[in-house]
Amino acid sequence: MNGIEKDTQPPLEAERTILHPELAAPPDESPVKNGRRLQHAEGASHPIHPPPEREPQPRGARIRGNHRVDQTEAAERFIASPAHEKMHDERLWDLRGKRDRQMHSIPEWEELRTLASAIKEHTLTHLDQYLEQFEQNARANGVHVHWAKDGEEHNRIVHGVLRDHGAKTLIKSKSMLTEECGFRPYMAAAGIEVIETDLGERIQQLDNEDPSHVVVPAVHKLRGDVAQVFAAHLGTDPMDDDVHHLAEAQRQATRPLILNAQAGMTGCNFAIAETGGITVCTNEGNADLSANVPNLHIASIGIEKVIPRLEHLAVFVRLLSRSALGSPITQYTSHIRGPRAGGEMHMVLVDNGRSARLEQDKFWTSLKCIRCGACMNTCPVYRRSGGLSYGATYSGPIGLIIDPSFNRHKYSALPFSSSLNGSCSNVCPVKINIHEQIAAWRQVMAENHELTLIKKAAMKAAGVLLAHPVLYRAAITSADSALNNLPRFAIYIRLNAWGRHREVPHAPRESFHSWYKRNRSVP
Amino acid sequence: MSSRDEILGAVRANLPKLERPLPQVPMFDAAAPASLLALFKESLQDMGGDFLDASPGEDPLQMIRQRLASTKVVCSATPEVLGNRALSSIRAPRDLADVDIGVVRAAFAVAETGSVCLTQHSLGVNSLGYLPQHLIVLLDPADIVVNLHHAYQRPEFHQGHYAVFHTGPSATADIEGVLIHGAQGVRTLTVVPIVRAANNPTQ
Amino acid sequence: MRVGLFVPCYVDAFHPDVGIATLELLERFGIEVEYPFNQTCCGQPMTNSGCHAESAATEALFVQNFERFDYIVGPSGSCVHHVRSNFDSIEQTDIVRKVRANTYELVEFLHDVLKVEAFPWAEFPHRVAYHNNCNALRGIGHASMSELRVEPFSKPLDLLRKVRGIEVVQLARPDECCGFGGTFSVFAEGISSKMGHDKVRDEMQSGAEYVVSADSSCMMHQQGCAERAGLPMKYIHIAQVLNGASS
Repeated sequence: MNGIEKDTQPPLEAERTILHPELAAPPDESPVKNGRRLQHAEGASHPIHPPPEREPQPRGARIRGNHRVDQTEAAERFIASPAHEKMHDERLWDLRGKRDRQMHSIPEWEELRTLASAIKEHTLTHLDQYLEQFEQNARANGVHVHWAKDGEEHNRIVHGVLRDHGAKTLIKSKSMLTEECGFRPYMAAAGIEVIETDLGERIQQLDNEDPSHVVVPAVHKLRGDVAQVFAAHLGTDPMDDDVHHLAEAQRQATRPLILNAQAGMTGCNFAIAETGGITVCTNEGNADLSANVPNLHIASIGIEKVIPRLEHLAVFVRLLSRSALGSPITQYTSHIRGPRAGGEMHMVLVDNGRSARLEQDKFWTSLKCIRCGACMNTCPVYRRSGGLSYGATYSGPIGLIIDPSFNRHKYSALPFSSSLNGSCSNVCPVKINIHEQIAAWRQVMAENHELTLIKKAAMKAAGVLLAHPVLYRAAITSADSALNNLPRFAIYIRLNAWGRHREVPHAPRESFHSWYKRNRSVP
Repeated sequence: MSSRDEILGAVRANLPKLERPLPQVPMFDAAAPASLLALFKESLQDMGGDFLDASPGEDPLQMIRQRLASTKVVCSATPEVLGNRALSSIRAPRDLADVDIGVVRAAFAVAETGSVCLTQHSLGVNSLGYLPQHLIVLLDPADIVVNLHHAYQRPEFHQGHYAVFHTGPSATADIEGVLIHGAQGVRTLTVVPIVRAANNPTQ
Repeated sequence: MRVGLFVPCYVDAFHPDVGIATLELLERFGIEVEYPFNQTCCGQPMTNSGCHAESAATEALFVQNFERFDYIVGPSGSCVHHVRSNFDSIEQTDIVRKVRANTYELVEFLHDVLKVEAFPWAEFPHRVAYHNNCNALRGIGHASMSELRVEPFSKPLDLLRKVRGIEVVQLARPDECCGFGGTFSVFAEGISSKMGHDKVRDEMQSGAEYVVSADSSCMMHQQGCAERAGLPMKYIHIAQVLNGASS
């Protein structure tokens, strides 16, 4: 294969990768093959277990209409629930580690990323042509193709199709696009019963909570939380938190709903212009059940999902599951070009702000996103905050750069929930410069008066102080004044914010300026 | 103006005016191993699938038949294996809900990932891949390609409406990363190497 | 070569020893080092918050102070990264471009420009964990990034390994952000502190006695967490180790 053959494993491969040793669990009942513990799908590479005492599940950000969402407040509540926070952090860090091991096993890894990015950028800069080609081929295969400007129209169209078929029950597989569209609340109001078939999505649906991660929707929940949800809705034993029992309970409860559903809905990972078909990747096979059991299949497709040809699909399928979960491929990779025998298929192509984002100089490349979640897994802020703290459809690094384009004011604080460390951009399989876009959004917020008054005042004061040498030196001249008069901008924010969980820096005898003046000549 | 026209119009107006050529994708097959079957087997097992190894002298078909002998409902889409639920009797996909074991033949397989490709042709009824509790997949070792780049050159993706890679059984680890087999689809997937009969060529 | 010493604002205020060690270290190599007295800051605190207009005057002052030097060297990866990559609140004249291109962080200056082979005066007989500031790592390329499939390298460790007696140990999460993040440390204090405490925990579990880094901003934050938790981890800047500090 092309690429560097040299060993790229870190020289001092840390045997110890677990930060919270108290979570390490003895060898568990996970399936084993050839003496190796299996860790495909989203399986953890080593067993971890929360402490036995149950802790209430921390809930997400407080949403009040169009008010600015306060991510840090919700994050602090997550952090204050240590059993949840540590499991969440350790589990997602493990997925990051699994991703790294896949990367090291593929010599052409960086070349694949470059190809994936280039294919997406080419497609997006020619998007109209590829959309037209896709639609033409889909129609030729017997698919009904609809176009929706926004989420509301998507929901109306789907409702119309269901109504035309007299369908009142709908099973669906995971689709972040449908979350964006507010699909479930709309259908509930319209009297259509929607059943999520993905285990994580189903848990969240039953608990009346949004998914917290694009790939593992209930990653913020501990088994005890799931046991409580299932006890309330499936009639299982609230004290039985054995994961195998819980999964089996959901399988048994959902199976009849699948068999009797009148319609099925899937999302779409990739839409191939060349064939007019879609590719859907799942580990459970629930997209295949949703598409093939009922007579009616509806696929919701974001217009940015188009790629030109099958040969390009190979690049993305090789990168997607490796980046997301650290396994070479999902258990099911389904290629659907048209209705099954005896069935009918509809596609809804959705814009919902994507065409507008295409015009944005600094942000259009966020449309390359293939929703793998690798950025979330590596983000040190996300892992400690939980996805629900962002109060938006998309969380983590990609959320910070997409959500403000849906509602700039409501999500104006999100770009500040980042330390700008840049790990996200490095794990992104399509090379979105996420951390640079986060910084660029900060500038947009500042220029559009979306900073909190405190922040704005602090920055103004800092800008004046730091531009005037005499003022500046006066502020830091002596040890006492250095610490008693923290740089002026620090005074303007919540007092002693630094000191809540940290000691303040020690006072030096004198500043460098003073030392230099005393010991060296100043012209 | 229809939504279609509005959307396409907006896209056209907003296309970034940047040079972004479509790259050539290599086949990445220079380091293909000598035995694709061995790599396929290892990849399959890493993904939770089973591989039926017949010892010399043993007939894999016999082994399958022995396993099926004690099974209540078997539905086979292959001429080599006889089930007791005829595909021709299926009127709706859900009619396969009580099948214990489904038997299908893979159109081809991918060594890199351990995947078998099933098509509407090999499944007969698409839900045969999902509703049975277990799936047995016959695979001709000559039908194994080295990686996904080769896989997507195959004709199966231009024929029929449905082609799917199965890589091991249905699985999830949505709860605390604990791996579960049989999340919503089949609980086990077993691949059995059996050469295609002369009168049963690939498509 | 004429070198202008750039001492970041927080080093000036809280870690003058780092500035002193940097100055002395450069002078050991026979370099003529000048410290423009009217310097203040690189402007990052403002641009970090998206306030580019508020940063302009500070950036202009920086250029004014440093335009006469061949090299500008400073002991901070994050500040140098800002100057080289994000210093665009002011008009990009030739002088501005020159100053930006010639601004170096200390480790990269020693490693790439001076190509130092030995530090004969230095001895540090301790077990240390090295902390890479994220801007130093991913912004100016101090070392290979764990997320990328590249051949491993580390400029700071190359230099540290030339110090007698030093033993480097590995962390469980070698390049996870410690949570300082500039204004993030105050505006998202709860998350920042948690990240800092986790970093300290990792450092304690590694068996290190000292943490060495090229950025004292991160260390200020980590040390604050360690002290609040009553943990005995010690923090020292790489300039001080290379300059011959024994503890």
